[in-house]
Order: sequence, then C-alpha cells, then structure tokens
Amino acid sequence: MTTFDTTLTPADLKSDISRLFLKKRLMNFALPAAVLAYLAYVFVAFDMPGLWERASLDNARTLISDSYSYKTHVTRDNRSGAVSVAIEGERKGAYPEGMSPDWVALGETTVIDLEDGHVVTFGPETIEYLIPGYGVVRATPSRRAGVQTELPAGDVPEWISVSKNRLAVTTDAGRLTVTRNRAEVFRYFAGWELFFFTLDSPYYGMGAAELLQRAATGEGGAIFQEFWTNKMWRHQDVAWAIAETLLMAFLGTIGAGIIALPLAFAATRNFMPLRSIRFAMRRLFDFVRGVDSLIWTVVLARAFGPGPLTGALAILVTDTGTFGKIFSEALENVDQKQIEGVASTGAGPVQRYRFGVIPQITPVLLSQLLYFLESNTRSATIIGAITGGGIGLLLTQAIITQKDWEEVAYYITLIILMVMLMDWFSGWLRRRLIKGEGGKPRRKGRAGTAFLLP
Amino acid sequence: MAELTAARPGIEDIRQHYTAHTQRKRLYGGILLAVFVALMAAGFRTADARNAGSFADGFTRIFDYPAEVLAEAAEKAAQLPGHLVHFFPALVETLNIAAASTLVGAVFGTLLSLLATRGMAPWPALIPLFRRISDICRAIPEIVIALVLIFVLGGGPVAAMLAIAIHTAGALGKLFSEVNENASLKPVEGLTSVGATWAQRMTLGVIPQVGPNYVSYALLRFEINIRASAILGFVGAGGIGYELKNAMSWGQGRYDEAAAIFLLLFVTIVAVDQLSGLLRDRLTHGAKA
Repeated sequence: MTTFDTTLTPADLKSDISRLFLKKRLMNFALPAAVLAYLAYVFVAFDMPGLWERASLDNARTLISDSYSYKTHVTRDNRSGAVSVAIEGERKGAYPEGMSPDWVALGETTVIDLEDGHVVTFGPETIEYLIPGYGVVRATPSRRAGVQTELPAGDVPEWISVSKNRLAVTTDAGRLTVTRNRAEVFRYFAGWELFFFTLDSPYYGMGAAELLQRAATGEGGAIFQEFWTNKMWRHQDVAWAIAETLLMAFLGTIGAGIIALPLAFAATRNFMPLRSIRFAMRRLFDFVRGVDSLIWTVVLARAFGPGPLTGALAILVTDTGTFGKIFSEALENVDQKQIEGVASTGAGPVQRYRFGVIPQITPVLLSQLLYFLESNTRSATIIGAITGGGIGLLLTQAIITQKDWEEVAYYITLIILMVMLMDWFSGWLRRRLIKGEGGKPRRKGRAGTAFLLP
Repeated sequence: MAELTAARPGIEDIRQHYTAHTQRKRLYGGILLAVFVALMAAGFRTADARNAGSFADGFTRIFDYPAEVLAEAAEKAAQLPGHLVHFFPALVETLNIAAASTLVGAVFGTLLSLLATRGMAPWPALIPLFRRISDICRAIPEIVIALVLIFVLGGGPVAAMLAIAIHTAGALGKLFSEVNENASLKPVEGLTSVGATWAQRMTLGVIPQVGPNYVSYALLRFEINIRASAILGFVGAGGIGYELKNAMSWGQGRYDEAAAIFLLLFVTIVAVDQLSGLLRDRLTHGAKA
C-alpha cells in the first residue's frame, strides 16, 4: 500500500499517480516482451525450424500404434514351404508346431482370414491376396525369376509396391510382403499380447472365471508361477526392478537423514561454539549439494559398478548436503526454554538432547524425509537409467531396442503408478505422524524449509 | 470423572502405573527401532548383493576416479582455460534448456493451478480432472519423456526442454494451487461484479496477489531444472551433460576435459543457487519493505 502525502496539491498528486501508472503499464508490457524475446532466442538457438525435418513422424506412428497394439506374423519359408505363426515375430511368441490361431487354417494351402473379406492364401506355388473392391493380387516367388506379380488391370495403387524381387501390399486389414525367400503376413490386434501367459503355458487363452475356478481347486500356485515367469513380459524381473528402485530411494533418503543429523548439530550457532568447525561444516554441505547428483552418480558408478547400491549411495551423498542444510536451519530455530527446562531437572547432556531438542525438530525432520522419499523415487528411476539398476535400466533397454514400445508403455505406466503411490503414501504417513497438520498440506514455514524440496 | 469418585490411588499406584506406561512405550519404541534397523540392514544387503561391485571393495576406491581426473587435470592445467571456453556454449545450452522449460512449465503450471483451485476455476466440476493431470505430469520422471521424445524428434535440446517442461508444469501446478488457496477472492468478486471475463479476473485479480510467490517457486524450480537438464544431456539430449558423457567414455587422456566440465557445472550450480536464494529472500521477505 502506498500512502500519499495529504499536503500535496491535486496537480502534484495527479502527476505522481500518472507517473506510477506509466511505470506499471511499462512494466506490464516490458516483462512479457522480455519473456517473448527470450523464447524467440531459444527458438532460434534450439533450431526449432529444422526440427520438423529431423523429426521422424514414422517413428512417432510406430511408437503410438505399437504401444497399444501388436501384430501376429504368419511366415512362409518359400524354399521349404513351411508356415510358422509367431506373435511379433519373436521366438518367445511362436505358436508350437501345428498350432495356429483360428483365423489361420494350416494345410497344403494355408488360408489366412484378415476379416472384412480380405483373404490371403499361401498355395503350393502361388500366393494370392483377395482384396475386396480391388481384385486378386497373385505373386509367385522362385529362386531364379524373383517374384512374379500379377495385378488386376489398371494403375498400381500407392499402397502396393512392386519390384522384381519384392511385393508389398499394405491395407487396413493387414500387410503382405513377398520376397524370393519368404512370404509374410502381418495382422494387427489391439491390446498387449500374451500379457498374462505365453503360448506354451497350459493356461493360455483361459478366461478369468476358469482360472479362478482352477485356482480354487489348488492350482493357484502353478497359475501364479506361469504368470510370474512369463518370458514375454518378465513380470518377475519387472517386480524386482521396481523393488530395487524403491530400495534405492529408501536407503538413500534414510541413510542421508541418519548421517546428516549429527553433522547438522556441528553446523549450528547454538550447538557448536567453535566458529571454524561450523564454517567448515556449512561449506561441506554446500559443496556436496553443489556437486550435482549426476557427477556423484558418475563418480560412484566408477567405484561400485552398476546396480542399486550405487544408486542408493548417489542419493545418499547428494541428500546429505541438502538435509544438513535443512536440519541445521531447524536446529537454529530450536526453543532454548525447553532445553533449559529439561536441564533444570538435572538431565545430563544426552538427556537434554533427547528430551529437549529432538522432540522439537522431529516434525521438520520427518516431513522433510518423507518429502524426499517421494521425490527420490523419481530420482532413483533417473539414476537407475544412468548407472544401470532398477526400472530405469529396464526402461532404457526397452527404448534402445526401438521396437518393444508396448513394454515401454507398460514400464511408464508402472513408474507413474509407483511415484503416485509413493506420493500418496508419504503424504498419508506425514499426516499420521505429524499431528496438527490435519488433512491440509502444511502452510506455515513453507517459505523457509520446504523451499529446498526438489 | 470416575477416577475421582473411586478410592484415591496411592502414590505408589501412580508410580507403578507411570513406570509401566513408560516401559511399554519404550518397548514399542525399541521394537520399532529394531524393525527399522533390520529393514535398513536387509535393504543394504540386498542392494549390495545385486550390485556389480560390492560395498567393501568399492568403498576404498571411491576417491580413485576423482584422484585420477584431478591428477590429469593438474598435469594439463595450462589447457584448462581453453577447455572452459570450449565447453561454455554447451553450458549455455544446458542453461537455456533449463530456463526455457521453466518458463514454459510455469505458464502451463499457472493455467493448471488456476483451473484446479476452488473459487477460481471456470469449470468447478473439472477441478479433480485438472488435479489428476498435474499429478500425472509431476509423477513422470523427465528422463522417461526425454528418451521417448529423443526417439521421435532426434537427439537435441528440444526433447529435453519439452520433457522438463512437462514435469515442471505438474510440479509448479501443485505448488501454485497451494499459493492460490491462500489468495483473497475479494478482488475476483469485485472484478466479476463489473463484468470482467475469466482471463481478466485472473490476470488482474489473482496474479498480482500470488506473483511474488509464483516467481519464487519458479526460481527454485529453475535451480532444480539446471540439474535435470545436465542429467538429460547425459542420455543424449545435448548440452553439458552430453559433453561430459563424451569426455568420460573416452576415458584416460581426456580427463582434463571432464574436470573442466565438472568445474563448470559446479560453479554454475553454486552461483545460481546463491543468486536465486538471494532473489527468493527478497521476494518473500524484503520486497514489501
């Protein structure tokens, strides 16, 4: 609030106010203008115009479609004439010899029904694709003459590509490729394939009701075992990876708290009379905090190798600095009266700390530990991706293969759920442990301590 | 009340009662502590067992790598200024990623927070939806979005910027909406009564009240984002992290470069930390004086 001098003449007052308004107006334009100018600079510096050329829309398309759907490959070896069916074309997803999904009829001539009237036939010599509204595409592969293709009369549509040695047809129903060595049909389905059981499992294709019934008759263990050791989705490994990530966050956060607490005493004015030690301690905290967690991770990974321990130690070292700072600030705000009161009953130094100091800082201590436990779950994922450990490692591995996007989507979902769950859990525990915080997030003291939370 | 009318307990009874109570409390505390220590120990053993190198071996070697780097850097101390100049553009890129993502994240965070605060939201029924959106944005670690975007957009600063911006929008959205809850709604009501639109009510009625707190939180986020953008560089998003990875994977012979990068990163983080600390202090305490 600006108070005006009442002795001013109206003319002075007016000029004062006009000046104030002009300043405010200028500020109102100058600030957004500065932000815009900066963003424009970034636009150029990051080479945004060139981005569209570098960006691969094909990659984006495969990524999105693959993350919620899968394809089944029906492959004919043109030399032997053998037909195999495999999900995603992987060995782990191959149908056993002689077994096939109900839309593939194996035999002398294999008939593949792609629905909506699209039918592909693998004959002894010739491969035919009946496309409704267009006609029949015939291809005869041979070792000598390549792939001889017969198309219906007229121009070749753009979704068919023909060359001497290759034919590719892409329709909404599926995709057919014929080369000299093999013919392959892809059919797309929505969903995550074989998520519960792989094809070699006796429980593949069973409904939930039947599974429950079997579980009730004592097969529960076996069913769980089949699910747990699913080779395609590796539920066991994923569960371990998540446990590792949580372990990193837990060990790192709690360990940092345990180490930082005694050190914090040495950095406070009221508990450490020696100025030099206080100063050294504070600079140590600043140094540990200033050396980025990335650098700590790199250095520690050299000493300990990849794994959860390295991640836990990296979190521990980084957070020791942060906790040291927060705790020492809390300790400096401790009420001396309570300590004097405890001392007046004849308590020794240990009891003075235990009953005079610790109860006062417990709320700050616990709430910070829990805040960091949540945010460190996220950090542990990131550190795991760098050092190799936990769900971060699985995620980077899945992304590097550039084809298992359904697994990437699965891991991302799990990570989000894990972090949200930790968020909820730490909030719940905080409310339970720290009375007076009620159902609301805490208000006072935010400007001080909570400012350090990442 | 019942205690008073019944026969008064003797002092001996009270003492016994109190002692029993204290002992029980201590026992519970002791059990809790024991469980906790056991959990820590078991966790440590598991982590140790699943790690490539063991704690006992590695502990003695913690300072080997820094020592090697420093020794080589000291040997080639004359080249250090050159390296610092050479890597400065990469540092600027990292800072740009952090700044741009903080700005973009703050803009979206503001929107999310205004849409998710009772009394300010234009569609009160959708408040839970916007809260969940900001929760989800906050829960995704930057690296996840960055890795996916690198695949689509190719390596570079834009992927990192977008990834950090999404996380920042979620994190700031939550912090901002807490600030909003403390803001007075009277200016908003006043503006409503003269027929202001939602955008006018927010920019003229709410933002001036919460501005300093917003800026203060955004500055804090900027600090965090510098660290994040350095890390993302390490997985291929450009900036100083990328240079660090190159220098490191080269191994011995280019440790002087690694040392220069360490130094740049350290100085930047400490400088920004101090600067934003000062600014934040002025914004929350000193600005009004």
